[in-house]
Amino acid sequence: MYILEIDNLSKYFGGVKAVDDFNMKLEEGSITSIIGPNGAGKTTIFNLITGIYPPTKGSIMLHGHSILGLPTYKIVDLGLARTFQNIRLFPNSTVLDNVRAACHDMANYSVLEGFFPSKRRYQQEKLIKDRSMALLETVGLADRAEEIASKLPYGYQRRLEIARALALNPIILLLDEPAAGMNPEESQNLMEFIRKMRDKFALTTLLIEHHMELVMGLSDYITVVDFGKTIATGTPKEVQSNPEVIKAYLGYGDKK
Amino acid sequence: MSIYIQGIVYLFSINLISVMGLSLLTGFTGSFCFGQAGFMAVGAYTSGMLTKLVGWPLWLGIICGALAGALISIPIGLPTLKLKGDYFAIATLGFAEAVRLILENLQQYTGGARGIPGIETMDSPVPVLIIALVIYVLIRFYVASTHGRSCIAIREDEMAANCIGINSPRMKTISFFVNGLLAGLAGALLAHYVGFIQPSMFGMAKSTELIIMVIFGGMHSVTGALLSTVMLTSLPELLRAASIWRLVAYGLLVVIIMVVRPEGLLGSWELSIASLKQIWNNLFNRKPSVKEGN
Repeated sequence: MYILEIDNLSKYFGGVKAVDDFNMKLEEGSITSIIGPNGAGKTTIFNLITGIYPPTKGSIMLHGHSILGLPTYKIVDLGLARTFQNIRLFPNSTVLDNVRAACHDMANYSVLEGFFPSKRRYQQEKLIKDRSMALLETVGLADRAEEIASKLPYGYQRRLEIARALALNPIILLLDEPAAGMNPEESQNLMEFIRKMRDKFALTTLLIEHHMELVMGLSDYITVVDFGKTIATGTPKEVQSNPEVIKAYLGYGDKK
Repeated sequence: MSIYIQGIVYLFSINLISVMGLSLLTGFTGSFCFGQAGFMAVGAYTSGMLTKLVGWPLWLGIICGALAGALISIPIGLPTLKLKGDYFAIATLGFAEAVRLILENLQQYTGGARGIPGIETMDSPVPVLIIALVIYVLIRFYVASTHGRSCIAIREDEMAANCIGINSPRMKTISFFVNGLLAGLAGALLAHYVGFIQPSMFGMAKSTELIIMVIFGGMHSVTGALLSTVMLTSLPELLRAASIWRLVAYGLLVVIIMVVRPEGLLGSWELSIASLKQIWNNLFNRKPSVKEGN
């Protein structure tokens, strides 16, 4: 049984086919990567899955139920969490508040109760704080909890964004270029971190990435897209030797 | 208390109630509202007409005024809160101007541009002041709650807020509703302080004055909004001797703040025991780390 099934997903912006008949099946607990040259439509696929854009056609099934047409916040409630290619934190909030904001489901006191102090509120807020601190501990940011998020170094901002996504207790984690702008050592650390998170939280992970070392070392399955079209799927080994993939990445010379 | 001081306390309390709503909506939820006077007009006319023309008791009229402000915010908010940034500000501005023009033209009910005179007035500003300060405390609690954090998340990055499961249309509508309630309440209280209402009291100048109070004190601080309401309500009074030049001083002060401290007087600082302790420690250098270091 696949946890997420995407069939014939397409998104056209006018005449531009950003995503064209994209198919993908995610196995529970696997790490799957989408790779492809710039402008291949990878981020658009994420935006379609999380309901930011409505697709032109196709279907997205989570646990066998269609999530098409649902607003983003409901899709997130069903267990999909994501990060962004160009980090989107809450820049003026503290590191702790960034994570706490994602824990809003742990508090069940009403909006009206929000205006008053109460024991229930106090207890729930304490639980939220403890859990947020524990998450910051896992990503190694506990000692920076009171700092303003936008003042963190770049690599830490990436981690904070992942911590915020993990705070949602996701079933599927979508990471959009988590290693962008990282040096080889940092992306090596990130690779171990993603694997650790997968094991710790029993996550299914979908990854968009350009760092080939990271992708090949981490992924169970890879899907290659180019100009909105899926050109190859399979294990890292299969994909690496696929002539279509080599053509998309390296181009081909004139045959004489 | 002399009548003069009483008047200033009334004015401060009424401004504070309205500014608290605006601080939540504009400062913390990030929806820039330029039509606060419109909601105040709805509250003022509801209470004024119910007490004067129907003969309802004063406080019942005031409660109805607040509810009217809250209720009108729903049909206005549902279509306009989808707009982003400036477009939302213009929509609220349009709403406020529409309210003012409707009041001017419904002569047989509202007295048109001449307004409604002889509205019952209150005896003492103390209950109004207490209400205003209680509202300050309530807003402080709300902003620190999980719902308040959701509002802040929407202000900071609405798409990211949606992607952590926050129902942003709902949270924005709630902030807009609370703002309408408080503006309606402030408008009703204003009617029963002045004893006379006319549409020109609720023009763009009033909306601007209130939004300036929020920006001046610090968009991200409820205490800042309180402080700036104190300052900007009393400043024109203190400078009364300078007659018309006091308005220049007012404008100059606002410009200086915008240039020197764009995040507002207090930025995101809030009054609390912990924050006061921190200031105390900073002033007298009692940081434990400093002690250990030496």
